[in-house]
Amino acid sequence: MIGAEHGPLDRTPGIRPRPSLWRRLDAAARTCFPLAATALLLLVLAAPLGLPAQAELLPAVALACVFFWTLFRPASMTPPAVFVLGLLADLLGDALPGTQIVTLLIAHGLILRWRRSLVRQGFLLVWLAYCGITAGAAAFAWALGSLLSLSLLPAAPAVFQAVISAGFYPALAIVLVRTHRGLAAPEQA
Amino acid sequence: MIRLSISARQALAKLTLPVLIAAAFGLLLLGKADTMLAERVRMALSDTLVPIYGVLAEPLASARRVIESGERLFAVARENDRLREENERLRKWQAVALALDAENATLRANLHWIPDPAVTYVTARVVADAGGEYARSVLLSVGPNHSVTKGQIALDDRGLVGRVTEVGARSARVLLISDMNSRVPVTLEGSRARAMLIGTNGPRPRLMYWPEGTPPVEGERVVTSAEANAFPANLPVGTVHYNASNVAEVEPAARLDRLEIIRLFDYGLHGILPPEAARTAERPNLERPILERQSPEHPVPDRIADRQPTTVADRQQTMTADRQQTTADRQQTMTADRPMDRRH
Repeated sequence: MIGAEHGPLDRTPGIRPRPSLWRRLDAAARTCFPLAATALLLLVLAAPLGLPAQAELLPAVALACVFFWTLFRPASMTPPAVFVLGLLADLLGDALPGTQIVTLLIAHGLILRWRRSLVRQGFLLVWLAYCGITAGAAAFAWALGSLLSLSLLPAAPAVFQAVISAGFYPALAIVLVRTHRGLAAPEQA
Repeated sequence: MIRLSISARQALAKLTLPVLIAAAFGLLLLGKADTMLAERVRMALSDTLVPIYGVLAEPLASARRVIESGERLFAVARENDRLREENERLRKWQAVALALDAENATLRANLHWIPDPAVTYVTARVVADAGGEYARSVLLSVGPNHSVTKGQIALDDRGLVGRVTEVGARSARVLLISDMNSRVPVTLEGSRARAMLIGTNGPRPRLMYWPEGTPPVEGERVVTSAEANAFPANLPVGTVHYNASNVAEVEPAARLDRLEIIRLFDYGLHGILPPEAARTAERPNLERPILERQSPEHPVPDRIADRQPTTVADRQQTMTADRQQTTADRQQTMTADRPMDRRH
């Protein structure tokens, strides 16, 4: 990515500082920021904070972060990163291990497919798309749980999860948009 | 670093997601097949995280305290208003109580009232609900060197529970007011009418033998009566409730179905001692031997009221007999074990 700046396909030609070691480290840190910040957020949410609906907040935050970073900075939210986040969410929560990984990876794939048209839309449409994703994720997790336990699980917790997840997104998006433009932007390194 | 062609790198990038999804499914199945493995991994993660959370807990708790105190500060004004209003109301009641207290004191002084003796009590834990299909009683653990005697009154934190019927070296049995053998003289608080509270083994004992013209009123409070010198007056028993077949019952104030701690009050009353349950003979260890009880050195006090007469006529006879009982009568030593015999 940094090497490409000096190649023949330099999209933004101009004068820029030489890529020194520190600059490269800074860029790498900014690239890794979404993954690290999301992991840290998950760890903090697993702490006994005593928040209302904290158990539902953890998967909601994981999905929202994966959604946002996949949409706006796919280079920072690669499939392995999603895998790691899913694993962490699974181990911190008490669902069957693997459920979150599969859900997040599928959501990640879907967003990647739609991102070209979605990334140009305003906040409201993005949120709507997120609502769709979270409803699908809740339905998928419910179906997976029912299948693996070979019994029909009650649907109310899944609905609650989807509602919490969709409702929490705008609050999280305000912070994420800030970091997207500031802390997590490698081009500012 | 291995140099790959652009097309190979693109193919690899496209493959990552499906491969990872497959791996996730594999993990899912593995976790389902070997739940111990998933648990171990989860516990390992928790073990590393717990010290961190432990360090976090203190500032978190203080933050929560700050938030809580802030919330309380907001609620203080409303709470203050409520308390002031309540205080106003209670002050009125206090005035009433003080006036009544003063009036009571003057009346007593004028009447040469014999003051009620000071009451001692012990508290004991219920260790067994010894009731069965045909008996309602509880077993208390009273420890060695106890001062529990037969006839002491058992109350829980809300009301009358029953009376001590058997006393052993470390335990005591309390016959509940809901037992079929239980007879408690009571007063209906509204009309001051006397009645008998008769256990049925059901949850609500029955009210009987109230004077003509003063039927118990639904919801009326029922307290013990000092009649027959078996109970002190005015212990709360419960409230009147008419059941579906219009029989006056008493909803006990005490929680008879979940007794945990019971206070045993010694009012020094030995008017009528509770019956020894027929079970005593089967458990001679709980009591002094029967022979000793019947010997003249240990006169057995009278016990009549709680024996179960079989017919209504019998019951009424018992009642009238109880009413006519005098102190002299009570002091007589009784040798026969069947109290009804003496009456006929």
